Amino acid sequence: MMLEQDTGLSLAIAQIVQRLKGSSLHSQLERQARGSLHKPEIKLESLKEDIKEFLKTSGWEKRLQNAVYSELNVFPSPCHPAAPPEHMKEPLVYMRKAQGSWEKRILKSLNSMCTELSIPLARKRPIREQKELLNKWNEMGTDEPDLSLFRPVYAPKDFLEVLMNLRNPNYENGDQPSFKNHLGLIQVPLKVKDIPELRDYFSELGLNTGQLGIDDSTQVPPELFENEHVRVGQTVLTEQDSAAAQQYVRQGCPTALRAELWALILNISNQPEDILYYEQLKSNVIQHDLLVDSLIYKDVKLTASNDDYYFVFEDYLYQVLLCFSRDTSVLEHFSYNSATPPKSYIRGKLGVEEYAVFYPPNGVIPFHGFSMYVAPLCFLYHEPSKLYQIFREMYVRFFFRLHSISSHPSGIVSLCLLFETLLQTHLPQLFYHLREIGAQPLRISFKWMVRAFSGYLATDQLLLLWDRILGYNSLEILAVLAAAVFAFRAVNLMEVTSLAAAEAVLADLSTLKVMPLLQIFLFATVT
Amino acid sequence: MVHWRWKVCWIMAGKVKWVTDIEKSVLINNFEKRGWIQVAENEDWNFYWMSVQTIRNVFSVETGYRLSDDQIVNHFPNHYELTRKDLMVKNIKRYRKELEKEGSPLAEKDENGKYIYLDFVPVTFMLPADYNLFVEEFRKNPSSTWIMKPCGKAQGKGIFLINKLSQIKKWSRDSKTSSFVSQSSKEAYVISLYINNPLLIGGKKFDLRLYVLVSTYRPLRCYMYKLGFCRFCTVKYTPSTSELDNMFVHLTNVAIQKHGDDYNHIHGGKWTVSNLRLYLESTRGKEVTNKLFDEIHWIIVQSLKAVAPVMNNDKHCFECYGYDIIIDDKLKPWLIEVNASPSLTSSTANDRILKYNLINDTLNIAVPNGEIPDCKWNKSPPKEALGNYEILYDEELAQSDGADRDLRSRSGQSIGLKGNRARDSGKPVLTTWK
Repeated sequence: MMLEQDTGLSLAIAQIVQRLKGSSLHSQLERQARGSLHKPEIKLESLKEDIKEFLKTSGWEKRLQNAVYSELNVFPSPCHPAAPPEHMKEPLVYMRKAQGSWEKRILKSLNSMCTELSIPLARKRPIREQKELLNKWNEMGTDEPDLSLFRPVYAPKDFLEVLMNLRNPNYENGDQPSFKNHLGLIQVPLKVKDIPELRDYFSELGLNTGQLGIDDSTQVPPELFENEHVRVGQTVLTEQDSAAAQQYVRQGCPTALRAELWALILNISNQPEDILYYEQLKSNVIQHDLLVDSLIYKDVKLTASNDDYYFVFEDYLYQVLLCFSRDTSVLEHFSYNSATPPKSYIRGKLGVEEYAVFYPPNGVIPFHGFSMYVAPLCFLYHEPSKLYQIFREMYVRFFFRLHSISSHPSGIVSLCLLFETLLQTHLPQLFYHLREIGAQPLRISFKWMVRAFSGYLATDQLLLLWDRILGYNSLEILAVLAAAVFAFRAVNLMEVTSLAAAEAVLADLSTLKVMPLLQIFLFATVT
Repeated sequence: MVHWRWKVCWIMAGKVKWVTDIEKSVLINNFEKRGWIQVAENEDWNFYWMSVQTIRNVFSVETGYRLSDDQIVNHFPNHYELTRKDLMVKNIKRYRKELEKEGSPLAEKDENGKYIYLDFVPVTFMLPADYNLFVEEFRKNPSSTWIMKPCGKAQGKGIFLINKLSQIKKWSRDSKTSSFVSQSSKEAYVISLYINNPLLIGGKKFDLRLYVLVSTYRPLRCYMYKLGFCRFCTVKYTPSTSELDNMFVHLTNVAIQKHGDDYNHIHGGKWTVSNLRLYLESTRGKEVTNKLFDEIHWIIVQSLKAVAPVMNNDKHCFECYGYDIIIDDKLKPWLIEVNASPSLTSSTANDRILKYNLINDTLNIAVPNGEIPDCKWNKSPPKEALGNYEILYDEELAQSDGADRDLRSRSGQSIGLKGNRARDSGKPVLTTWK
């Protein structure tokens, strides 16, 4: 047993070392170390120790630490060396298969739209058009191309249908629903946390811990918690320590410190080379027109442009999302994502692997509501390049899990199951009532979770929620909040007699206060 | 039968009788909710929500009539001292001069001769009266852009931009020849330096619309409505002169923006002040954000103080003003103008809720408990009755607090703009200068 743990650790170390070797941080560290040789405090007889000391005092060690910490957060711990690579994507065969056939469906729909509208997946823009686009880069929202023929490739409810039909072939469901059965829409057996486990996991959200979103309300004097919390936050920022920042945000970010704290946790520093990289993506957008651009455009117009909170940022959304679709560095995340980037073949070479390219170049096909992952971030970052990097990191750490089929605890399937299990166990009467009238709770809450509540909550509340996603490096809080919302509206929901009426009760979440709901549901309910 | 009629009269006796010449549902719903009774203008009424045209007649020498103690109207007789662009500027200029003469620390100037605390209205001149002064100013900075507005019109009507003297000359010639009205009644214009470095959010220009209620001018007592909003231009802002003619770029009035192609009927280009605060605090920090909002409150109070001495403080009157403020890219707020009858037309569903609540909260302060008013009451409602209003300034309270001390603390080095700020957004904060 000990031996196994040791091998696991050394495998993890090897993997991280391998990954960091190719990074710009590695070459920067090398350059710094070489440069330090000219310093008087570096002695030949204690060279190794002196250079280590120099890297420590000059802050480079901290940057290395943050990079290692970031790797640990993003990449799953390595599997057994003998396990095939697809296990890192998704260990369960039936999940992989389900994801595969879902991708086929999406691709088919995309291709048929191409054929129907007879537009190519990609084309080079004529020079004149390039110039035009460059000129109006900052005001793409004023453009009104005719997108009436385009439709979103899929919407959350199409995806829910797929998840409802998931079955584990090795598992006997039994025909007779019994007390022990799961009566929700998700019918696959996955391990999800129960309330005691959630309490343990989210212990910093407990009743005895200060929380932004509760303990900063008008009634509470700021001396009790807020002032001190802000002071600690400033210290964390001065220290530039990702791990400390992640622990800190579990109690919420002060508004004025959030942008920097999130950047620290996500290890985004917006270096000149990052800005250059963003500019390159931008020039790729200028040069080539992709079919997905129209999908992005349409999505922004259908969602964020009509949103009371986010319409102001319409142009930023194009600047982020169009660049995102060209970003091949996003492909890396498919090593731990159950999804596989779709391929397209050069004309006339269908199926010939040498002529295959990923389409879109980042491998991510946007769906209805995709732009809402970016929109709340516009409140925090006003430089497009920084906004872009933050979004990309949020996507490859979290958001991809909300629209791919996997058994990961933060994956959408587990979130759905967690939500249904919480309701069925803790609000059985409500759960059965809604089920009886044909208003399965998941039918209502699914869209909230797929969008990580973006567009449903007021922005200040949404940011408090996302603080906790970053703090716990987990999306499970989304399912807990969804259940807490049902608990909060339980009295009204018990009175409704149809799905439409239940939806009406839950139509407006913009007045909800997230943290009190979560705290009451997790810690103040007798179980 | 007789008995029944008697009963009706008796019930009606205790109810407020209202009239309005503005048929807006947000008004009428509020009156009806209170069980008030609609009567005709020529009947006995207690409450008249009227347009600015009507108020002129009510208080005019010829047609005016004496209001009795149980009658309330929603305008001050000479509100135009504040709400006409030329008069507002004139009053503010006079107010500054008076403070300067008194040697008040508020009138302190910086090394360039600009008021440190009272420079909150863009440089403005009356036309044609101040034409020579304007030309002098224009020549100091010939690349500047100026905005021309007719004094007596609202909602963006008759507004245009100029950046060459020749354009003024042409306008002057045209209006002379084309109009057959006599020179004296010819429409007066104000010309103001155009704020060409507005704060942009998402690349778009916006202005702030804030609602301020005044219940009395002497002593001054005013309230700020918490739910103001930003109005966004639908077209990207460009300071280039080629776009001078495209009014959609420059004007944020909904009345103008509604005719733009990109007008969105769901949000109407409106963004709440709490969104603005969240955005500014997140991207610029808490201190500068607090300072900005403090300064906004400051300029509103100063504008009211500037007109208080000339205002006919009739005890039958209260008034709800729409303040238009532009923030520049250095986060300095500028007072653009004040509207006496802010639009009660609702452009979106949220807008209707906002305006309904605005009227509701306004009535709760102006007509306490919805009972038949007595204009001799002391006009200081209890805190619970304020709704979304917050006390912005209460002269009596400030005086009993020692107003002098406050003024000194503002102009002194230890200005408390950041110091004593205890709480965060949306919370009632008494700024230190009050």
